Amino acid sequence: MDDWQSKVTMLGVGVAAFFGVVGLLLLLADRAPKTGREKFQLLFFMGPASLLLLVGLVYPSLKTLMYSFQNSDGSQWVGLRNYKWMFTQDDILIVLRNTGIWILVTPLAATAIGLLYAILIDRKRGEVVAKTLLFMPMAISFVGAGIIWKFVYEYRSPNKDQIGLLPQIMKWLGFDIKGGAMLMNAPLNTFLLIVVMVWIWAGFAMVVLSAAIKAIPTDIIEAARLDGVSSWQMFWRITLPSVRPSVIVVYMTITIGVLKVFDIVRTMTQGFHETSVVAYEMYFQAFQGNEYGHGAALAVALFVLVLPIVGFQVHQMRRQRQEAR
Amino acid sequence: MATVTFENATRIYPGSTKPAVDCLNLQIEEGEFLVLVGPSGCGKSTSLRMLAGLEDVNSGRILIGDRDVTQVPPKDRDIAMVFQSYALYPHMTVADNMGFALKIAGMSKDEIKKRVAEAAEILDLTEFLGRKPKALSGGQRQRVAMGRAIVRNPQVYLMDEPLSNLDAKLRVQTRTQIGTLQRRLGVTTVYVTHDQVEAMTMGDRVAVLKDGLLMQVGTPRHLYDRPDNVFVAGFMGSPAMNLLELTMADGGVRMGDIVLPVERSILDAATGSSLTVGMRPEDLSLSDHGLAITVDLVEVVGADAYIHGRALSEDSGKPVVARTDGRRPPEKGSTVHLTPKPDHVHLFDSVSGQRVS
Repeated sequence: MDDWQSKVTMLGVGVAAFFGVVGLLLLLADRAPKTGREKFQLLFFMGPASLLLLVGLVYPSLKTLMYSFQNSDGSQWVGLRNYKWMFTQDDILIVLRNTGIWILVTPLAATAIGLLYAILIDRKRGEVVAKTLLFMPMAISFVGAGIIWKFVYEYRSPNKDQIGLLPQIMKWLGFDIKGGAMLMNAPLNTFLLIVVMVWIWAGFAMVVLSAAIKAIPTDIIEAARLDGVSSWQMFWRITLPSVRPSVIVVYMTITIGVLKVFDIVRTMTQGFHETSVVAYEMYFQAFQGNEYGHGAALAVALFVLVLPIVGFQVHQMRRQRQEAR
Repeated sequence: MATVTFENATRIYPGSTKPAVDCLNLQIEEGEFLVLVGPSGCGKSTSLRMLAGLEDVNSGRILIGDRDVTQVPPKDRDIAMVFQSYALYPHMTVADNMGFALKIAGMSKDEIKKRVAEAAEILDLTEFLGRKPKALSGGQRQRVAMGRAIVRNPQVYLMDEPLSNLDAKLRVQTRTQIGTLQRRLGVTTVYVTHDQVEAMTMGDRVAVLKDGLLMQVGTPRHLYDRPDNVFVAGFMGSPAMNLLELTMADGGVRMGDIVLPVERSILDAATGSSLTVGMRPEDLSLSDHGLAITVDLVEVVGADAYIHGRALSEDSGKPVVARTDGRRPPEKGSTVHLTPKPDHVHLFDSVSGQRVS
């Protein structure tokens, strides 16, 4: 009991001290001398964040870049050898290929499904329920989703009862499931992992695009109806162009998410059977294989892949802001 | 060009028991400019949207020409609509906006280009054809919306308060332009507005609606001179007609120290012991006798002055407006007497509100 009480007291003291210090600092910032007050306040508020960014982001990035030119334990400079290794090793080429498949398929599938779903349920009865259902996976962690879907794909030998949903359905439908565990068949298994990612992201795409669709003025829809558009033309000529900016944002957000995919691969296949992707391989090489040079080179490759996407997004945002003016 | 006919057209919104438009009967002639006017919520926009096919017709029929279009989808009704918000497609250029319906209809590119160019010429939009709507001013956008209707060369134009998003000066200017354009093109037009000045100045005929019911339809002159009921009398004209409850006396109704003569048959037919008497401000003049009012405010508008006051004796407290000579208006706070011009008195039944004279 005493222990518990003292802990609570400590917590109270800690919180009070935190607010006290912050309050004091804010007071100081407020009371700064008139001349140069703005500069002082700027420095005061930016300082801590900048310092943390420097320690937590800039320094590790530079260090990683350095490691990528060094050998496995960082004791020797090896020039471009790690990068050469990356583009010549067969299993690493497969990793790069897989990442390529992930980038091409996932955002497209998730955005398309989200958009289709948003249009289908728009202004229908039970819209809220339908939306909630699709959005729920978003609340599940990637690890959780990976485990759930591992069970969906779980395979038992054909003469036994199947506990996996998919093999059982296939059995019912009369498919031959003698082929063995689905997660072991490359390159099908990569697509099975992508399904999990799409399952998670489609809800996000749907929510954002649904809001964009609702923002299209009713008058415009009615004007298009009077102009004689079919449902198909309504989608391609009115709805899609109207929500284009949102589609781009959704697509890019998912793409960045996909480049960082790690948990799903880790929980479902541990990168075996040709399912590894750059973000997973980076971790695997550095911390399981103790090849820090290889890991760092892969990290740099990932960074280079993300850059143009971020650049494009910034460009889009600027353009939109200009158009809004 | 075609006629438009509403036959007992009724619209009841889901979840409501009271019809938004109740048994509307209206015949619009070929090439006519008909204005639907009324206060907000009177069903004028709903009527227009029923004609456009954007709103279901719960009972009754709507015909364009001889064709029953009640169940015909909007695109097959051969109509074009100008929306209050203009409803331009923001991602298309002015030319694409105007030619969109033709493109959907599968018209050849050359033909579309020709028609758009012609409409742009009429509306003075040629130099803006390559621009997007957001790069245009309000007045230009309004003209694009008009152009979009013109290129389709429809049988009927539908306009839903197309001027309400313009500033006052531009509104007056565009009002004339639309009127001229409609006469030149000769296309039957149904025009919705809440502004009775627009209705008076633009319409060949005006239909006044209230609470989903058609109150009266006729030429602006007719509505002004012979309103069928108290509502139309009060709605048309600015400043509004004075409507006073006056008690019946022998041979007429009592108005201050005089008796306004009313035919015996009208007095006999009236319900109750009073009549609603309508007098337009310009038909009242200062006099030594008649209705006494205290002057609250005098508005001098150049040649004329409007006296705003309150009736002292009959229907006391009721606001009264009268037009007088702008050079010699009465003092604020003074008491004056008003008498109407004999032939310009409108008499309505106090209970039913219907015209009796």
